[in-house]
Amino acid sequence: MQKIYTKIESIVGNVITVRATGVKNSDLAEVTTKTGKSYANVIKLDRDLVSLQVFSGTQGISTGDSVRFLGYPLRVSYSDALMGRVFDGAGRPRDNGPELNDNMIDIAGPSVNPAKRIVPKRMIRTGIPMIDMFNTLVESQKLPIFSVSGEPYNELLARIALQAEVDLIVLGGMGLKYDDYLYFRNTLEKGGAMSRTIMFVHTASDPTVECTLVPDLALAVAERFALDGKRVLCLLTDMTNYCDAQKEMAITMDQVPSNRGYPGDLYSTLAARYEKAVDFEGAGSLTILGVTTMPGDDVTHPVPDNTGYITEGQYYLRNGHIEPFGSLSRLKQQVNADTRADHRALMDAMIKLYAAYKDTIEKKSMGFMMSDWDEKLLKYGQLFESELMDLSVNISLEDALDLGWKILSQCFEKNETGLKSELIEQYWPGE
Amino acid sequence: MSKKIGHVVSVNGNMVNVEFDTAVTKNEVAYILVDDTRLKGEVIRINGNIASLQVYEMTTGVAVGDEVEFSGELLSVELGPGLLSQVYDGLQNPLPELADKCGFFLQRGVYLDAIPDRDWHFTPVVKKGDKVSAGDTLGTVPEGVFTHHIMVPFDVSGQWTVDSVVAEGDYNVRSEIAVISDESGEKKSLSMVFEWPVKKAIKCYEERLMPDEPMVTKIRIIDTFLPVAKGGTYCTPGPFGAGKTVLQHLTSRNADVDIVIIAACGERAGEVVEVLKEFPELVDPKTGRSLMERTIIICNTSSMPVAAREASVYTAVTLAEYYRNMGLDVLLLADSTSRWAQAMREMSGRLEEIPGEEAFPAYLESRIAEFYERAGKVRLKDGSIASVTIGGTVSPAGGNFEEPVTQATVKVVGAFHGLSRERSDARKYPAIDPLDSWSKYRGIIDADKVRKAYSILVRGNEVNQMMKVVGEEGTSVDDYIIYQKGELIDAAYLQQNSFDPVDYAAPPERQKDMFDVLYDILMSSFALETKSDVRVFFNEVRQAFLDWNGIAADSSAYEEGKKKLVEIYKAKVRS
Repeated sequence: MQKIYTKIESIVGNVITVRATGVKNSDLAEVTTKTGKSYANVIKLDRDLVSLQVFSGTQGISTGDSVRFLGYPLRVSYSDALMGRVFDGAGRPRDNGPELNDNMIDIAGPSVNPAKRIVPKRMIRTGIPMIDMFNTLVESQKLPIFSVSGEPYNELLARIALQAEVDLIVLGGMGLKYDDYLYFRNTLEKGGAMSRTIMFVHTASDPTVECTLVPDLALAVAERFALDGKRVLCLLTDMTNYCDAQKEMAITMDQVPSNRGYPGDLYSTLAARYEKAVDFEGAGSLTILGVTTMPGDDVTHPVPDNTGYITEGQYYLRNGHIEPFGSLSRLKQQVNADTRADHRALMDAMIKLYAAYKDTIEKKSMGFMMSDWDEKLLKYGQLFESELMDLSVNISLEDALDLGWKILSQCFEKNETGLKSELIEQYWPGE
Repeated sequence: MSKKIGHVVSVNGNMVNVEFDTAVTKNEVAYILVDDTRLKGEVIRINGNIASLQVYEMTTGVAVGDEVEFSGELLSVELGPGLLSQVYDGLQNPLPELADKCGFFLQRGVYLDAIPDRDWHFTPVVKKGDKVSAGDTLGTVPEGVFTHHIMVPFDVSGQWTVDSVVAEGDYNVRSEIAVISDESGEKKSLSMVFEWPVKKAIKCYEERLMPDEPMVTKIRIIDTFLPVAKGGTYCTPGPFGAGKTVLQHLTSRNADVDIVIIAACGERAGEVVEVLKEFPELVDPKTGRSLMERTIIICNTSSMPVAAREASVYTAVTLAEYYRNMGLDVLLLADSTSRWAQAMREMSGRLEEIPGEEAFPAYLESRIAEFYERAGKVRLKDGSIASVTIGGTVSPAGGNFEEPVTQATVKVVGAFHGLSRERSDARKYPAIDPLDSWSKYRGIIDADKVRKAYSILVRGNEVNQMMKVVGEEGTSVDDYIIYQKGELIDAAYLQQNSFDPVDYAAPPERQKDMFDVLYDILMSSFALETKSDVRVFFNEVRQAFLDWNGIAADSSAYEEGKKKLVEIYKAKVRS
């Protein structure tokens, strides 16, 4: 029995209320207006007064429009037919393909039992030396890219989507500019990666409510593929837009804001999403790489701040490259001992020398005399930036390590590198 | 007795209002019946015939009119043998057993017995006719290396007489081991297990004592400069990435206590997993057994239901108090209390209470104070001394210590270990800021000497600040020596390499030995003429000191390393 309610009691922001009975919390409903249909879900029950947030927004909804409760929460279809498809924030096709309605799964499901988690042990190769070599991405890791508007973070994500050695990419776009969406689609199609990609895209002009659903849809699908043995990489951009949408919804619901207008449960909301990252013993894994733009380049802003407490490290994307300082993969220790004998030592040595180069740059800009050693550092720093830090570099980890040795040998004497003699003997390029 | 029943009238996130028509107790547990699952909740407000429940599970699918069952019991934990080495969620659900039952995910509405169903070898210490009261030991069972006391439940009031007690032998944990009766003839059957409400402190002891005995952590900066006492409290606030969790893990491994309870409250699941996989492999130097045998983990990580996070710290501290009452020293590490405070904030918002600063509820401070006050050193009825020590991390928003949770915590703790972003960025670990932090407890080293060393640290820092303005040229050699002495304290003593197999733990004897040498260097006056002499000299001293730090105390090289260091600095001492 699906009763249709035709009297809407109130319309505030994106939330409508109707008087209805027998409705369950989080249930989905269909709102039919003159201009079309929209989904809505139950967010609050108070006796017979039911509050629903309308996915497509409340603009144009009349108090006489009809609301039909479907009796189940928001779901998404799960099958191999999802591959290569693009959906919007409500799970509707965005690519003129058919609507998928079979094998529906719940979204925002329960969290993984900590006792079932395992210590992660496999790296994800991305072909980007600043990641593979210096801050290795590990399966089941959750890492944000801290950046500011204008930086090429979407280009970076697209490169990772093309190059990462995983079975499946799930891309969740929130508040994306339409151009960025097209960029992602075209790049992945051109690179031949579309067939292993599923996209859930909310663009900036789409209704706010749909923005808040994107991570749940993307992660629910990604989690199921991981359970079925796939190694899944979920890319989320931009989580700050997601948080802003949450803020908008909270204020509409008269929630007391905690910090700069964001709701008090921002930490829990973000954690519930990021903690979906997991390595299933005997099945696949889910890795999350998100973009968090920092308003005003301020890392103490509530969104990057809360994110930093949740995630396992962060990449800073500044001036067009991943910063060697500040960027940190907390899980890299788990894997970089087993890659190649020189990996850790070379990584540390090169970063130390790059830090020395930065000091030299500072000295130079203050007009100090440059010593021989300073000149060596300057040469090293420039080579390091152009050959390893540049985002367009796409080489394997082993090639990157070899390249590192080459750069060192071009700039320094063996004993100036601070590396152990046995490593130098083994890897120093032949003379 | 018929069950008390109510019906759901409204749902808002994890707050559910229930209409009832019989008597309802505040903080009693109630279950919402949804389909065929029972969702646990706690009554947190009663108004007229409406009870507000905070529900410990997701409320998806709850409908107006759903039946609610009131249990009449306050939120409680089970106490008894078998708690050690368990991994529980915030409501004392054993997670490994839950995983066996439900697989990868935490299925809601599944509640398992917290105490494993097994036999224990019981040895009675009371006999028929003995007078007993709450907290008295009826008998003991061996639990790992500990003698687990089976006690008269803490909620039993007045004098009771033992009617019968079983003979020594193996008994199931839930079978009857004794019957007691009071003057009015009321009889109680007791097993090894009983319950206790988590939000009530266990007070079955004679008196509380001053926490005056240091709790050694084997971390130099703490034991020497910022000590923690057995029965004391301390907090560790710090921005993300400053190493709060690493510091707590180190403490949980090395602390000189009998039992460690780790409350992972609203933090990353991955960190708990590391403990879970690491601890069974590590050996407790005190007992020679696996570290896990002295550990209980309460794990309510960030993605688990928020309301249960609020309960988890209380669950943890109740278990701590239980083991304390057997005469043991217990350390409770809560990571992070900010997440617990946030859970209170979320609930307060749903209750539409008038918010305080940053929307935290007005009772934030009193709740935090109440929690830390459950620590303490006590004299038990049998005369033995026992303690609960509480260490909590705080995760201040933006790393700013002015925020409400940090401020409320600082007021009630005995030691403050503030972590700084600057120190962690400079890879100076542990990143406790020695100048901002403080402790009111007595350490393992003579307080007067520590004060003098500390004043050099402070003055060295002042010289450093001054040098940033006037440059090295404008600094006198004497000042420069003070600066270098301050740097030496920092580099050779305060910093400690947690990945070094020797340096990661410095036992008290070693700390005393090292501090004596350091103190002698600090108090000596050196025959050094120029600043570059000073720099060269202190570089040498530091290197020798660091080398010595890395030598195991039981190896012959230890004395040699010390001798080398002493020779280096004695050579320059002004005669």
